[in-house]
Amino acid sequence: MRIGDAKQTYVADEAIWTTSTQKFWFSILLLGLLIFPLLANSYLLYLGCLVGIAVISTTGLNILTGFTGLISLGQAGFMGVGAYTVAWLSTNTGLPFPITLLLAGLMAAAVGFLVGLPSLRVKGLYLAIATLAASVFLHFIFAEWESVTGGMEGLSLEPAHLFGVTFRSDFAMYFLIVPLAVLAVLAARNLFRTRIGRAFIAIRDRDISAEILGIPLLRYKLMSFALSSFYAGVAGGLFAYFYRVVTPESFPLTMSIFYLAAVIVGGMGNLLGGILGAAFMTLVPEALKLLTAALTPFFPNAPVFMSPMLEIIFGALIVGFLIFEPHGLAEIWRRVRRFFHLWPFRS
Amino acid sequence: MDWLFFGEISLAGLAMGGLYALIALGFVIIYKATRVINFAIGEIMMFAAYLFLAFAGGMEMSPWVAVPLAVLGGALLGGVIEKTMIRPMLGESPIAVVMVTIGIASILVGLVELIWTADPQLLPSFLPRQPVFIGELYLAPKIAYGFLIGMAVLVIYLLYFRFSRGGVALRATASDQAAAYSMGINVRRVFNLAWVFGSLAASVAGILVAATGGLSPQFGIIGLSVLVVVIVGGLDSILGALVAGVFIGWLETVAGAYLGGEYRMPATFAVLAVILVFKPYGLFGTHEIERV
Amino acid sequence: MNILEIDQLSLSFGGVKALEDVSLRVPKDTITTIIGPNGAGKTSLFNCISGFYKPQQGRITYQGKPLDGLRPPKRAGLGLARTFQNIALFRGMTVLDNIKLGAHVHMKTGLLGSLVYFGRARREEMAVREEVERRIIDFLEIDHIRRQPVANLPYGLQKRVELARALAMKPEVLMLDEPVAGMNREEKEDMARFILDIREEWGITILMVEHDMGMVMDISDHIAVLNFGKVIAEGDPGTVQKNPDVIKAYLGNSDIESLRRKLNPNREAA
Ligand SMILES: Nc1ncnc2c1ncn2[C@@H]1O[C@H](COP(=O)(O)OP(=O)(O)OP(=O)(O)O)[C@@H](O)[C@H]1O
Ligand SMILES: [Mg+2]
Repeated sequence: MRIGDAKQTYVADEAIWTTSTQKFWFSILLLGLLIFPLLANSYLLYLGCLVGIAVISTTGLNILTGFTGLISLGQAGFMGVGAYTVAWLSTNTGLPFPITLLLAGLMAAAVGFLVGLPSLRVKGLYLAIATLAASVFLHFIFAEWESVTGGMEGLSLEPAHLFGVTFRSDFAMYFLIVPLAVLAVLAARNLFRTRIGRAFIAIRDRDISAEILGIPLLRYKLMSFALSSFYAGVAGGLFAYFYRVVTPESFPLTMSIFYLAAVIVGGMGNLLGGILGAAFMTLVPEALKLLTAALTPFFPNAPVFMSPMLEIIFGALIVGFLIFEPHGLAEIWRRVRRFFHLWPFRS
Repeated sequence: MDWLFFGEISLAGLAMGGLYALIALGFVIIYKATRVINFAIGEIMMFAAYLFLAFAGGMEMSPWVAVPLAVLGGALLGGVIEKTMIRPMLGESPIAVVMVTIGIASILVGLVELIWTADPQLLPSFLPRQPVFIGELYLAPKIAYGFLIGMAVLVIYLLYFRFSRGGVALRATASDQAAAYSMGINVRRVFNLAWVFGSLAASVAGILVAATGGLSPQFGIIGLSVLVVVIVGGLDSILGALVAGVFIGWLETVAGAYLGGEYRMPATFAVLAVILVFKPYGLFGTHEIERV
Repeated sequence: MNILEIDQLSLSFGGVKALEDVSLRVPKDTITTIIGPNGAGKTSLFNCISGFYKPQQGRITYQGKPLDGLRPPKRAGLGLARTFQNIALFRGMTVLDNIKLGAHVHMKTGLLGSLVYFGRARREEMAVREEVERRIIDFLEIDHIRRQPVANLPYGLQKRVELARALAMKPEVLMLDEPVAGMNREEKEDMARFILDIREEWGITILMVEHDMGMVMDISDHIAVLNFGKVIAEGDPGTVQKNPDVIKAYLGNSDIESLRRKLNPNREAA
């Protein structure tokens, strides 16, 4: 049972964590993220990194699709732009990772901006098609522009480094990825406390009224595209450092759908939802792998079924959540929390 | 330039375009009636083609039985999808509905792979085999006869929608749902029928395309080409579906033959990009006026 | 002085002539009301002023300058605020955020500032919050709902939040499209009081569309009557009420007495 505090000032009222309970839990979370790599085995570390990358990209897509209402099928392509940027820069210039990652984000943002341009004329689903076109072109460029992208072979790169420290192991990568993921989410959280975030939501809810109330639609849609792609670019850059090889097949269209699914399953227009969705969607295949491994002794051809089962599960999650729980995991989480807040007085 | 080659390629492309037109027609029927953009249309085609494979290949039925059965199966699938997964989304945002169809596509791919494995398959051949010459131009028989069957179905469709009761109900619903409802048209039934008929057209095309090009769980990619067709033609325009279908089919084949297979998609998507910028609602589509 | 002048505006949709040669003056610091039967073109006129519809002919002059070619957001920035006939609140936001959104045009924070939310960005948000609280939320008596999502609010309150959002735009001209439609008597009285106060205390010119004749006659300084896209009468409430064309427009020719009563419900009450 928790009692609300009376807020003293507007500054306090507008803070992200308005109660000490919230601050407490956030500190616990940060502490947990810090301790986790010390206790985790290599497999868990690997998963932690994957989830971290997915959180960044999902948060980016959530900004665009969940908060601005612009559906994108190009997220994987934008990640690819970031990944290739990092791979190329680190091989050809030897720049340290803070700079390569920043440039990866900016490069992807520039591409995202271009892809958003048709929103000058079209909206809604037509725009989704434009993003689809973008992902087709990007894939084509990744595969065909051999002098830069290495063609179908792709590019391999050295581990991230800074001041003589190299991030080779998953353990080291964890400390690169997770803090960035936390930052990415906090920045997004800030965004939606300010005029720009409000403008995004207004465009999603009622674009025409928003325009009449003083929001230039094109500018804000492009901004949302660019920002979302920036997130994707950084995530893609981390992806490159994590796997240290980038090929056109690393960023298929199904990956864009994966991120869309993460946003939906987590809860569109909800940052916490994005995190939950990213983690959930990353872990589902892993859980399935474990299950398959467990079943193989009894059903020797279980592994054959794994990849199709995954497709079915992804699809079913998208459909199921949209029909039965459109606000996603975030809503489920809220209900659980409410239950404990009121417990034991009401249930 | 080798004009003979160009002519033959173009002919094959136009024939393929005819099938695209048929699929696009199915897409537009669904869109016009229900305002749903069906990202799963390629997968519905694929499903029907696999059904044909099962009936004609596995169960060794005659093509005269297997084709209609598979087509009915595809149509039924469309009806079931509408009833169980699209109808509950009535009134939700178009984006959400589109994502449901994306989810459906993923489910269908998984199912097909589960049942028929991920390996590419050849359909038992059921079309006549004597080569077809138009003037001096050779056309592969599978493509030629596929085209003829596709066109026959297409013409039946057009006549049906022009003259039958069902067609009138569908067009009425498309132009004004509320008015159609108030005139006693069972709008829900129309929605369902649109999915059934749309999927039926797609299924016919699916079997014909698979008969020439083979079948695998990636077959649904063809849905992307269809998407290009309907955007270029205009989502709600049957004429647009026909014209753009033929054009895109031609372009894709020519680009593939002259530049290489990897250029097929970029070529058509380049057309799409141009259309989006200069004629966003397609060559023949209508732009809905918005109100506050 | 007229803060807004509309000259010979014509707008048609295909064959439908929504506005035909409409001219109208809105004197500064008045409450000017447009009345007229359903479909007369009132909302369309608002949409032209907002810049959402582009009239085929005519011009709109605001504070002495033509508005031609300005996109809606620009016009909002110049001080043209409005509410909508079918409430157009942003359902995914709280009451407070909806209102703050109104202040958008007067804020400057860029994308980077927003992401960092520190220094100037934060100060600006605080200043807006402070101002919204002090001037608008208190004034419209909506303190108790500021944290609520707008979607769950009763209709009357939603209308009030919409008004609050428009006020946050710090308008010179406030356009209200049927501000009391669908309200009960008490809510209507509150709204009428707010509108009068806004004019008096804030010095905002009000341009209103309303069907409730009682309220229109009570608070308007100036009334224009629109019928089938044309202005058929204009003047102060007394003059407009007596105009036979107006009476005809509202009821054909029959039963003029009952219409007089409708146009002038005060007398009926007395
Ligand atoms: N976007 C549009 N497309 C087509 N016709 C329109 C559009 N907007 C308005 N109209 C038409 O213009 C005419 C005037 O409509 P408008 O909404 O301006 O009337 P109104 O006076 O506000 O009516 P009400 O009192 O019912 O709100 C009507 O015939 C309407 O159908
Ligand atoms: Mg109106």
